[in-house]
Amino acid sequence: MIELENVAYSYGYAGGELLTEISLKLAPGSFHFLTGPSGAGKTTLLKLLYGALVPTAGHLRLWGQDIRAMSRDDIAILRRKVGVVHQDCRFLDHLPVAENVALPLTVSHQGGPDQAQNLSDLLGWVGLTARADALPPELSGGERQRAALARAVIMSPEIVLADEPTGNIDWEMSQRLLHLLVELNRMGKTIMIATHDLQLIRAAKSQVQARVLRISNRRVQLAGADL
Amino acid sequence: MRALHAALAFLIGDPQADRMVPPAGFTVTLTVFTSAAMAFLAVFALALSLASGRLAERWGDDLAKSATIRISAPADQIEDQTRAALRVLETTPGVAEARALSDEDQRVLLEPWFGPDLPVDQLPIPRLIEVIAEGDGYDATGLRLRLQAEVPGAVLDDHAAWRRPLVEAAGRLRALGWLAILLIGGATGAMITLAANAALAANAQVIAVMRLVGARDNYIAGAFVRRFTLRAAAGALGGTVLGVLTLVILPRGGGDDETGVLTGLGLSGLQWGWTLVIPPLAAAVAFLATRAAARRSLQRLS
Repeated sequence: MIELENVAYSYGYAGGELLTEISLKLAPGSFHFLTGPSGAGKTTLLKLLYGALVPTAGHLRLWGQDIRAMSRDDIAILRRKVGVVHQDCRFLDHLPVAENVALPLTVSHQGGPDQAQNLSDLLGWVGLTARADALPPELSGGERQRAALARAVIMSPEIVLADEPTGNIDWEMSQRLLHLLVELNRMGKTIMIATHDLQLIRAAKSQVQARVLRISNRRVQLAGADL
Repeated sequence: MRALHAALAFLIGDPQADRMVPPAGFTVTLTVFTSAAMAFLAVFALALSLASGRLAERWGDDLAKSATIRISAPADQIEDQTRAALRVLETTPGVAEARALSDEDQRVLLEPWFGPDLPVDQLPIPRLIEVIAEGDGYDATGLRLRLQAEVPGAVLDDHAAWRRPLVEAAGRLRALGWLAILLIGGATGAMITLAANAALAANAQVIAVMRLVGARDNYIAGAFVRRFTLRAAAGALGGTVLGVLTLVILPRGGGDDETGVLTGLGLSGLQWGWTLVIPPLAAAVAFLATRAAARRSLQRLS
């Protein structure tokens, strides 16, 4: 599905590579946490995984295709197979929640009656039916994260990547969001969550078999048993 | 047919894609105003170009069809030479009419300079013959040679000496008009590029979100391009209408085309149809300028 082989990435300015010798395979249906200190490269690694960045060295294969051999359009289309949730959610603030959630359908010209039902079900699943017509700035932190998750999964992606999804919400909301992600994993989706919230990781491990990866010294390592 | 289909699809657009870019922003006003102002100026440049073209044609055609023969000879020979010249003209192909001006005609011609009491019959004034050409005209060189042989005091003036610079000036004025239209098109493109760049920079977050959800560059660019193209077309339509109305109410020189560009600036007959080209042309310029700007920005933002 997604495979990294000796991948390195550098932003080009002084300081050298941010990530190096990353070899990783995300198998279908697996659940991963990515942890590490701020600035370690968690977000950069996630960006590599959804094709927003191209490795400066090594091989990154998305569904068998090397990203360097792909055109920008190919990457855009492939990105529809990857749902992404950011800490800051990234909405179009002038569009209501329902339209924001449906954006992936809109840009891929897949809107229609079936999808309208799908959207309605999805908003119900994340508990935002009543907030469908609200604008993103009117939502609470937890509601924004759930809306972002709904948008991430509306195309039924094979992988969901979440970058610090609980960074701006309270513990109760974090639990609720985690529950939704675990539910998705049980449906067969591959999940990777970048977080430094150890409490969240422990809570997840009690519900699902999760692999915890730590970025340390520019490399990805399997975290110890304390997690 | 395919191009028409593509143009229709572009005009109809994708309402959902259009909604992705926030509608507000100073670039809206800038684009509409620029297009309107440039279209207004383009109407005048077009009118200048077409009016000077008409003038050049008129001077070229009308003056080429008339000439004057001046006969300077001793008083006792002037009538004989005039008759000889008229005989030569009667047998010259391309001459439709030749008429010797009477004393009265010559007095009227000289009246503005010498007053009504000029004793024309007592002055050694050359006799003038007015020549009107037909069809492709006469052979001026051949006519000069024949007159030289048969009428020694005759000089043919086919107006070429002063007609040429006038026609050239009108031609340059026409070229200047077209150059102005090109410059207006270029300036419109530059201004719309600036506005599009500003809009793209202001909407970097929107672009990031569209990318995140899997939008292709063409889709993202299309949302901006269509918006700018339609705004430019609307602005240009307004500017063109205003320009045409202004031309209509401009004072006329009593229908006399020889009064020149100052009073003859305007369009006539089918020439008004040219103004219909301005809004689609402005839209095409906006389309190309915004598409290029969007592609550059999307490359830079990747």
